Amino acid sequence: MDSQSFHYMRRKFYNLLALSVSVLSAGFGIFFLFWILKDVISYGLPAMNGAFFAELPAPPGAEGGGLANAIFGTVLITVIATVIGVPSGILAGTYLSEYGRKSRIASVVRFVSDILVSAPSIVVGVFVYALLVKPFGGFSAIAGAVALSIIMLPVVIRTSEEMLKLVPDATREAALALGAPHWKVTVHVVYRGALRGITTGVMLAVARVSGETAPLLFTSFNNSFWNFDMSEPTATLTVTIFNYAMGPYEDWHQKAWGGAFLITAMVLCVTLLSRLIVRRRAA
Amino acid sequence: MAVIDRHKADKAGDALFKGVSYFFALLVIVLMALIFVVLFKESLLSIKAFGFKFIYTSVWDPVAGEFGALPAIWGTVVSSIIAIVIAVPVSLGIAIFLTEMAPKGLKGPIGTAIELLASIPSIIYGMWGLFIFAPFLSEYVEPYMVEYLGFIPLFNGAPLGIGMLPAGFILAIMIIPFISSVSRDIFQMVPPILKESGYGVGATKWEVIRKVVLPYTRSGIIGAVILGLGRALGETMAVTFLIGNSHDISIALLDPATSISATLANEFTEAVEDLYLSSLVELGLILFVITFIVLALAKLLIGRFSYKGGNL
Repeated sequence: MDSQSFHYMRRKFYNLLALSVSVLSAGFGIFFLFWILKDVISYGLPAMNGAFFAELPAPPGAEGGGLANAIFGTVLITVIATVIGVPSGILAGTYLSEYGRKSRIASVVRFVSDILVSAPSIVVGVFVYALLVKPFGGFSAIAGAVALSIIMLPVVIRTSEEMLKLVPDATREAALALGAPHWKVTVHVVYRGALRGITTGVMLAVARVSGETAPLLFTSFNNSFWNFDMSEPTATLTVTIFNYAMGPYEDWHQKAWGGAFLITAMVLCVTLLSRLIVRRRAA
Repeated sequence: MAVIDRHKADKAGDALFKGVSYFFALLVIVLMALIFVVLFKESLLSIKAFGFKFIYTSVWDPVAGEFGALPAIWGTVVSSIIAIVIAVPVSLGIAIFLTEMAPKGLKGPIGTAIELLASIPSIIYGMWGLFIFAPFLSEYVEPYMVEYLGFIPLFNGAPLGIGMLPAGFILAIMIIPFISSVSRDIFQMVPPILKESGYGVGATKWEVIRKVVLPYTRSGIIGAVILGLGRALGETMAVTFLIGNSHDISIALLDPATSISATLANEFTEAVEDLYLSSLVELGLILFVITFIVLALAKLLIGRFSYKGGNL
């Protein structure tokens, strides 16, 4: 009897131990999320001022100035990357969900995109450098945008396929039975049904690439001035954060925190917003 | 007549739309192949100059034109292993918490909070690591580690706050959301009846998890872990900030080291000689091949598992 109750106690103890460890793990993750966010806010927020958004960077060592050109560069490069990456991603996703389905080629495309989603982004930077920077004689905004669109492409393909698959086949059949051609069914019925999901996926993909640094280091490079020429090096927030944070000046570090705050706030807002949209649809 | 015309137009529209979407689907495969081809072509110079010696020699001297990738490969592999060792138990703990324990009202918010960790850009982790976490480590953690655990060679070195171990630790935080969200999805696919029969014979929650859930999901969980490994191997900015950029191989994990991605990020724009540049591209090629193999393996393991679930 005694040994039995000891055995029972031991099982209870291990149960309690394991469950506490799992609660602690969740606490560990949340602890670091809040620690990082707290510092990004408390160091980044004070760097926000009019000059930060409106002025060019001050010469090295000098106080003041802002990151206006880098903010503009990030927007510019992200927009071009979106223009290249999103339509091609949605079309490839359409192929997977509407035509390829279970064919061998479709599963190869899925396999390759799943690997590309997690492939090192710095390698994409090296690839675009070899493809667009070296042969054409210099760093350029367009090379940076192409690099980001390559990173965006597989994400858009996989999410748009998932969202298109959620549209029930009966809907497609109903439209086809009315005599509509397949492409019209896809554009007018299936896309419409999946619009919200695809928009959410695209927003997430855009947010993700706008925070990328590694693929831009040797494609769009950097620039201390305004640049509106697509074939010239262009400053971006992330690369500027990298250079400023590695640099020796206190003022640079502060600017870097400001940039970090801006990027983080943007990415987190988009992520939370898309969660809300998805949840409302599910409800 | 008009009907036939419209029929023709519809057919042409169909063919065009299908053709265009097929083209973009194929583009992904072409892109992947092109990455391999272009990287290989650009690294030919270095492959010819060093051959296999590139992989197992450790001299990295741009001035003398001597390049060996071993320190970078070593750093990439070791920092990723550290990340996995820390991240796997934590991620499984989180997945268990989310599927088996959390009350309904907490599941959503805590799951979202963990996933937010994945959305923070890598450069933020790096910068935070350099300015906040490294000083914290070098003041409050590493001196004690050297004092009390320093007799183990692994836990020795300069308590600078930057080095192999700090880089691995930050990597761990970065891959926790990936491993835990995949494991959570896989845990949810365990048929309730299996768990209920466990509870039915009087098993505790932990016994059900250990003897029913984990064995049932084993291959999927291994896949999730390997996916995390793939992520850690290629991670760049956070590692660049924290690893310390030293081309020396040291067994002491507190010492500065380097990784493939950090070497690329730091040196690529400075490389003016062709051989230097070519060696850096070859480093990129090695990284791409390693991650390709690792990710393909993860995909196979997770994919095989999820087909058992059978639904969309």
